[in-house]
Amino acid sequence: MSINLTLLIIMGVLYACGIYLILERSLTRVLLGLMLLANATNILILSTGGYAGLAPLYSKETNPEAYSDPLPQALILTSIVISFAVTAFMLGIIYRTWVLARQDEIQDDLEDVRVAKTPSFDAEDDAIVPLETSEFAVTPITTTDRSHPEATEKPHTSTTQEGGSA
Amino acid sequence: MNLASLSPLAVLLPILGAALAFLLIRHHSAQRAVSIGILSATLLLECLLLVSVWNGGTTSVTLGGWLPPWGVVLVVDQFSSLMLVVSTVVSLAVLIYATGQGMADGDQEAPVSIFHPTYLILVAGVSNAFLTGDLFNLYVGFEILLTASYVLMTLGGTGPRIRAGVTYVVVSVVSSVLFLVAIAMIYGATGTITMADLAIKLAELDQGTQNLLHVMLLVAFGIKAAVFPLSFWLPDSYPTAPAPVTAVFAGLLTKVGVYAMVRTETLLFPGDTLNVPLMVVALLTMVVGILGALAQSDIKRLLSFTLVSHIGYMVFGLAMSSVAGLGAAVFYVAHHITVQTSLFLVTGLIERRGGSSSIDRLGGLAKLSPLLALLFFVPAMNLAGIPPFSGFLGKLGLLQAGVELGTPLAITLVVGGVVTSLLTLLAIARVWNRAFWRKPEDAEYPDPVLLASGNVGVLPRTMVGSTAGLVVFGVALTVFAGPLFHLADGSAEIMLDRSAYIHSVLGDAVEVPALPQTGGPK
Repeated sequence: MSINLTLLIIMGVLYACGIYLILERSLTRVLLGLMLLANATNILILSTGGYAGLAPLYSKETNPEAYSDPLPQALILTSIVISFAVTAFMLGIIYRTWVLARQDEIQDDLEDVRVAKTPSFDAEDDAIVPLETSEFAVTPITTTDRSHPEATEKPHTSTTQEGGSA
Repeated sequence: MNLASLSPLAVLLPILGAALAFLLIRHHSAQRAVSIGILSATLLLECLLLVSVWNGGTTSVTLGGWLPPWGVVLVVDQFSSLMLVVSTVVSLAVLIYATGQGMADGDQEAPVSIFHPTYLILVAGVSNAFLTGDLFNLYVGFEILLTASYVLMTLGGTGPRIRAGVTYVVVSVVSSVLFLVAIAMIYGATGTITMADLAIKLAELDQGTQNLLHVMLLVAFGIKAAVFPLSFWLPDSYPTAPAPVTAVFAGLLTKVGVYAMVRTETLLFPGDTLNVPLMVVALLTMVVGILGALAQSDIKRLLSFTLVSHIGYMVFGLAMSSVAGLGAAVFYVAHHITVQTSLFLVTGLIERRGGSSSIDRLGGLAKLSPLLALLFFVPAMNLAGIPPFSGFLGKLGLLQAGVELGTPLAITLVVGGVVTSLLTLLAIARVWNRAFWRKPEDAEYPDPVLLASGNVGVLPRTMVGSTAGLVVFGVALTVFAGPLFHLADGSAEIMLDRSAYIHSVLGDAVEVPALPQTGGPK
């Protein structure tokens, strides 16, 4: 199978530019990147068909060896139609984004941001419940104090000093 | 004439129905009747296909007079016909639910006239992907269902849906380009794209080229199936769509990706070359997905994360490449399509009754609407894998297959699977405790709809009925788990053997290459 070097270089350049563009935040550039990627892939499919030959199945005299492979071209036609439809749809979405938000950038998911900002402290699970439910004054010296040091911070200042000196 | 030669109708009927529904765009009730009628006819046809394949074995249909390996073939085997039946049952339930919602909302919120044709096109694309025996036709099937899903995802064109739609479209297009590149390279290396022919010719390539093509296909399908780390797009994009659309996406679209992965692993690249990486990925998908679910307070987003997490179970079954593992994975796919879809449908009902899908704003639904609580409880326990539901049976099958394999990695996955199952229970119990069990007044930010007294937000009978139907179908999978497991194991055996598939496409004279034994059992 012979390979056309020009096509190969063009394909490489298209892929490189396409990948660079889809990494942008601007939607129009992302769309351009996707179009370049689709076209680069079409060239890749074309180059898998081997050398350019005569039209297949056109006349009976043609030597089958001289045909060009028709299958990749059929595949490319299908993929062009599909990428055409997707591009049109993307343009519609981008226009809608512009109408709604007056900007051309991919926006962050609000719920994602909210979850990321949520502290790991959960009021229901992590709050120290016994403190609230007790109707008597908290006595400083009990066994439960050790498990809740912050509950008895003031009466036990001496212990922290001991810890510091030791 | 063999009944299986009618299989192209499974794709054609929905497409013709879509055309008809489009013509009837101004007549809503006629449109509903057409789409429900067409989908019921498709379901009937697919049940007949399942019976015929079950009795007569794998069958292939050549289209357009081009013989394989040149033309496009449709292949019906046990796995694909089972997938067809389950997917169409789910689509039909969701369609009825959606019409109920449309009737209740007075068709004002979303352009329902566009919904019906697009939905039928989506079903046609899913059927095409399940049936096809040609790699490029699989790509076309994917594109049909994806393009329809772009439209459904952005239905109504509101701000959040457009934002989610952009992520979804860009990620899907990139995965499609990757798939197309893989097809081009496979054609360049072998000169064919018929899957049965590839099964023979790919084995003749050297191992390096094989691995490259194998990984490219798996990455492309992994994005569609939402396998970690390629799953980031799913929880971002699914929850914003309308409830019935999210339900059908969650049920079907990722499973089409899983289906394609199963075909890649069993038919095109059999053997165990990539089993170890697949297992690692399966473990990460399970654990990372469910940890994400625990952090969510919105039920739809929480369910999206459990969806990602449970894809890991299917990949685990697939990665074992044993009859027991693959059979359990097939069973799990059927179970998960049903359960995940019913949970999303119930969430739509919760949203309607309680005014919100955030568990901070809900409470007391068990008392306000006991039927809703029941409809949520059954599939939720099913998803978490509580005995005796089908989720438990599917996980049990997977764990047994993992223990049977006995390698350290497989045992780690077994442990990971159990932990994931427990964490799923935790996530689901959180939803249950907050949205259903506590008093409505205890909610942090109670929704006005929830607190309003009287008969506010009555649930339409069609929506409740279709949800209940799907929940009952999920329970039926439990009741008939014996025959279904038998069917799943049978289909796994046939898929791993490959000869039935290849012979039905290329004729009996073709010799099926032996399975490569690279590293022995790992």
